Amino acid sequence: MAEFLAIENLQSFYGDFQALHGVTLTLQPGEVLALIGANGAGKSTLLKTICGLVSGKGAIRWKGTDLLGQRPNLIVAQGIALVPEGRRLFPSLSVEENLILGGQVGRPGPWNLKAVCDLFPVLAEKRAAPATALSGGQQQMVAIGRALMSNPELILLDELSLGLAPIVIKDIYARLPRITANGMSAILVEQDVTRALAAAGQFICLAEGRVSLAGKPGACHRDQISAAYFGT
Amino acid sequence: MNHQITRSTVLSRTAGVVALLLVVALAAAPWWGSSATLHLIGEFSVYLALATLWNLLAGYAGLVSVGQQAYVGLGGYVLFSAALFAGVHPLAAIPLAGAAAALMAVPVAALVFRLQGAYFAIGTWVVAEVFRLCAAQLAVLGGGSGISLPAQVTKQLGAKAVREASIYWVALALGVGCLVLVWLLLRSRIGLALTAIRDSEIASSSLGVPIAGVKYAVYILVAGLTAMIGALISLQKLRVSPDASFSVNDWTAFVIFIVVIGGIGTIEGPIIGTIVYFLLREFLADYGTIYLLLLGALAIAIMLVAPKGIWGYVAARWGISLFPVGYRIKWKD
Amino acid sequence: MDLLNTIVQGILVGGLYALFAAGLSLIFGVMRLVNIAHGDLIVLAAYAAMVVVKATGLHPLASLLLVVPLMMAFGYALQRLILNRTLGRDLLPPLLVSFGLSVILQNGLLATFTADSRKLDGGALETASFQLAGISVGYLPLLMFAVAVAVIAGLQFLFYRTALGRAFRATSDDAEVAELMGLDRARIYGWAMALCLGVVAIAGVFLAIRSNFDPFMGPGRLIFGFEAVIIGGLGSLWGTLAGGVILGVAQGLGAEINPGWQVLAGHVAFLLVLAVRPKGLFPRIDG
Repeated sequence: MAEFLAIENLQSFYGDFQALHGVTLTLQPGEVLALIGANGAGKSTLLKTICGLVSGKGAIRWKGTDLLGQRPNLIVAQGIALVPEGRRLFPSLSVEENLILGGQVGRPGPWNLKAVCDLFPVLAEKRAAPATALSGGQQQMVAIGRALMSNPELILLDELSLGLAPIVIKDIYARLPRITANGMSAILVEQDVTRALAAAGQFICLAEGRVSLAGKPGACHRDQISAAYFGT
Repeated sequence: MNHQITRSTVLSRTAGVVALLLVVALAAAPWWGSSATLHLIGEFSVYLALATLWNLLAGYAGLVSVGQQAYVGLGGYVLFSAALFAGVHPLAAIPLAGAAAALMAVPVAALVFRLQGAYFAIGTWVVAEVFRLCAAQLAVLGGGSGISLPAQVTKQLGAKAVREASIYWVALALGVGCLVLVWLLLRSRIGLALTAIRDSEIASSSLGVPIAGVKYAVYILVAGLTAMIGALISLQKLRVSPDASFSVNDWTAFVIFIVVIGGIGTIEGPIIGTIVYFLLREFLADYGTIYLLLLGALAIAIMLVAPKGIWGYVAARWGISLFPVGYRIKWKD
Repeated sequence: MDLLNTIVQGILVGGLYALFAAGLSLIFGVMRLVNIAHGDLIVLAAYAAMVVVKATGLHPLASLLLVVPLMMAFGYALQRLILNRTLGRDLLPPLLVSFGLSVILQNGLLATFTADSRKLDGGALETASFQLAGISVGYLPLLMFAVAVAVIAGLQFLFYRTALGRAFRATSDDAEVAELMGLDRARIYGWAMALCLGVVAIAGVFLAIRSNFDPFMGPGRLIFGFEAVIIGGLGSLWGTLAGGVILGVAQGLGAEINPGWQVLAGHVAFLLVLAVRPKGLFPRIDG
C-alpha cells in the first residue's frame, strides 16, 4: 500500500526566499493530478523541487525513496520526467537528437523514437530540423516526446498551454490520454483551470506556496475553487 | 517617521578617525623613518593604490583586466620621455603621464570592449604585450634593455633626502588618494550605478543606467590613475625597461592576488590584501619560487572556499564595514 | 619567391596555432570557461614529453602514446576536483582560479626543471624537406598542419555525430535541462576537459620538437591560441584553423620586414580583425 508519490510538508527555497510553505500530497499509479493556482503560487516550484532543480526541506518519497538532495540526473533514472515550462529544447540539436537525448537514461518501456513519432506524426517529418525552428505547438510536442523517451512512471507537465494557440492546445490535450494509458501518473500544472480539471482525476490548488484546496474536480463547487485560487 | 537612514556607524566613524591619524603619522615619516622604511611604505602605498583601482575595475565595474601593466609601463615611459626629451620636471610629468594614458585608453577601450568576459581579460593582456613590444623598439629609451634616469634629471628632484621624501609623499598621496577617490565614487550615484550593474546588467539597463558609458568612464579613469602610479614607480626605481615596466607578474598577478585574498568588491579588501601580501613577502620571499607557488595556491583556495576573500568573510559574518558605501536603516524604537 | 615562401611557412605554422586554439575553443563552447592556464598546460605537456623521452628513449612523436592519456587523465581530475567548483553565474572564480593555476604551473615547472631552455630532438624529421614550386616545405611543419586538420575534423565529428558530442552540445545549451535528461554535468565537463588536454598534449609535443621551450612560455601560447580563436570567429572550429593560418602568415610577414616584429605583427593582425570584424571572420551565429 506504499504510495507512488508521497510529499510531506515540503518547503522549497530559492536561496533565502521560501517559495513553498509546507505542501503535502499523495499520488497513486495511473492518477492524473492537476495543480492549479495563480502566477507565483508555487506550482512550477513544486515540480522543480520534485525533479531536483530546486532545493527543499521536508520529504518527497517516491516508491519509498526520499528524493530530496538527489541530483536531477539520478531522479530521472528513477522514473520521473519533467516537461519544463517554456519547453526548453536544445537549440544546438535537431528534433531527433532532442528526442534521442531524452532516452539517454535508458529505461525500458514502450516509449521509443517510433512510438513518439506515432503519437506526434509531425515530428517524424521534421526530425532533422533544428528543434527551435519549429512552431510553438510542435516544440511542445518535442518536449513531451523528449520526456516520454525516458519511459517515466510519473510525468510532470509544466504549463503546456503557455504561449500556444487554443486550437493547438486542444490538439495536444487530445493526445494526453494516450500518454497516461499505460498506468503512467501525471502531474499537470496549468493556468487554464477548466482544461486542467477536465483532464485530471484529482486536483490541488496552491496559493502563496500553500495548499488552499484539494479534491476531485467534480466534487468541488466553482466558487470554492475560485476562492482557493485567489486566496480569499 | 520611525526610522532614520544613515551612512555611517560608530565603528566606521572610529575607523575614519584612526585612518586620518594614521595618514598624518605616515606623512611625517620622512622625519622619523629611515630610507628603508620610506621605501617600504612607499611600495605598500603603490600596491594599495593598484589593488584599489583593480578592485574598482573588476570588483565593481565587472571589467576583469589582466592587462593593467600596459598603463603602469606606459606611465613610466611617458614620464621618462617627458623628462628626457621635453625637459619636464619629473614630478610634473606624473599627472602628464596620467593624462596621456587616459587618452590612450580611449581607442584601447573601443577595441577591447568588443570582447566579453574572460576573452576581454586576455584581450587586455594582448594590448599590454603590444605596448611592451613597442617599447622594446624604442631605441631612444634603451630598446629591449631600457634605461636608467639620467643624472641631470635626477638632480631636478633635489638632494637625496629631499628626493626620497618627495617621491615618498607622492606615493603616499597616490595610495591614500586612490582609496579616498574610490570610496567617494562608490558612495556617489556612479557608485550606485556600478553596484547595480554588478548585480544585474539587464535589470539596471532596463532602469536606464547607461552601462556602456559608465564602464568606459571607469576604464579610462583607472587607466589614467594606474599610469600615474606607473610613472611614480619609474621614479622609485629610477629606471624603465620593457620587461620590468610591463611585467605581468609584478603589476597584475600580485595585484590580483592582493584583491582576491583581501576581498574583492569591498573597499577594505585591498587594504587587508596588501597587508597579507607584504607579510607573506617578509617571511617567504627567501624561498623564491615556493613563495609564488604558495600565492597561487592561496588564491585558488580562497576562490573555492571563501570567494569573498578575508574581508568579505569578516564583513558578512559580523556585518561590519569600516568604509561604508551603502545606506543603513536605523529603526527608532 | 620570398613572399610565397613566407606565406606557405606561415600557413603551416598556423596549424600549430590552431592546435593551441582548438582546446580553448572546445572548452569555451561546452562550458563557457576560458582557462588562463591553457598555455601553461601546453608547456606542461612539452615537459611531460621530455620526461617520457628521457625515460624511454622513444622518438618525441611516439611519446604521444603516453603523454596524451596522461594529460587527459590530468584534465579530467583537474576539472572534477577544482574547475567544476568554480563554474556558475559568476565570471571571476574560474578566471582567477585558472590564473592561480597558471602561476603554480609556471613556478612548479621552474622549480622542477630550472629555467633552462629545452628542446626535443625530432631527428631526421626536423630537417627533412621537399621542394614544391621552388619552395622548401619541411616534413615537420607539413605534418603539424596535417595533424591540426585531422584533430579539428575529429572534433567536429565527435561533436556532431556521436552521443558524447550530443551530450556536450546539450549541456552547453542548457545544463539544467541536460541533467533532467540523465546527463551528469560534472562528468560531462570532466570529459570535455580531458578531451581538451588530449589536444593540448599533441600541441605540446609538437611545440617541443619545433622550438625551444621553458617554463614561462605558457602565456605566449595562450595568447596565440586566443588570437586564432578571435580572428577565426567564436564557435567555429574550422574558423579557428583559418584564424591560426592568418596569424601564422601575419607573423611571417612581420618577421620578413623586421625579425623583432614577428609577434607584434600577429598582435596587430588580431587588433585589426577586432576593430573591423569583431565577431571574427567565420563566426557561428550562436549565443
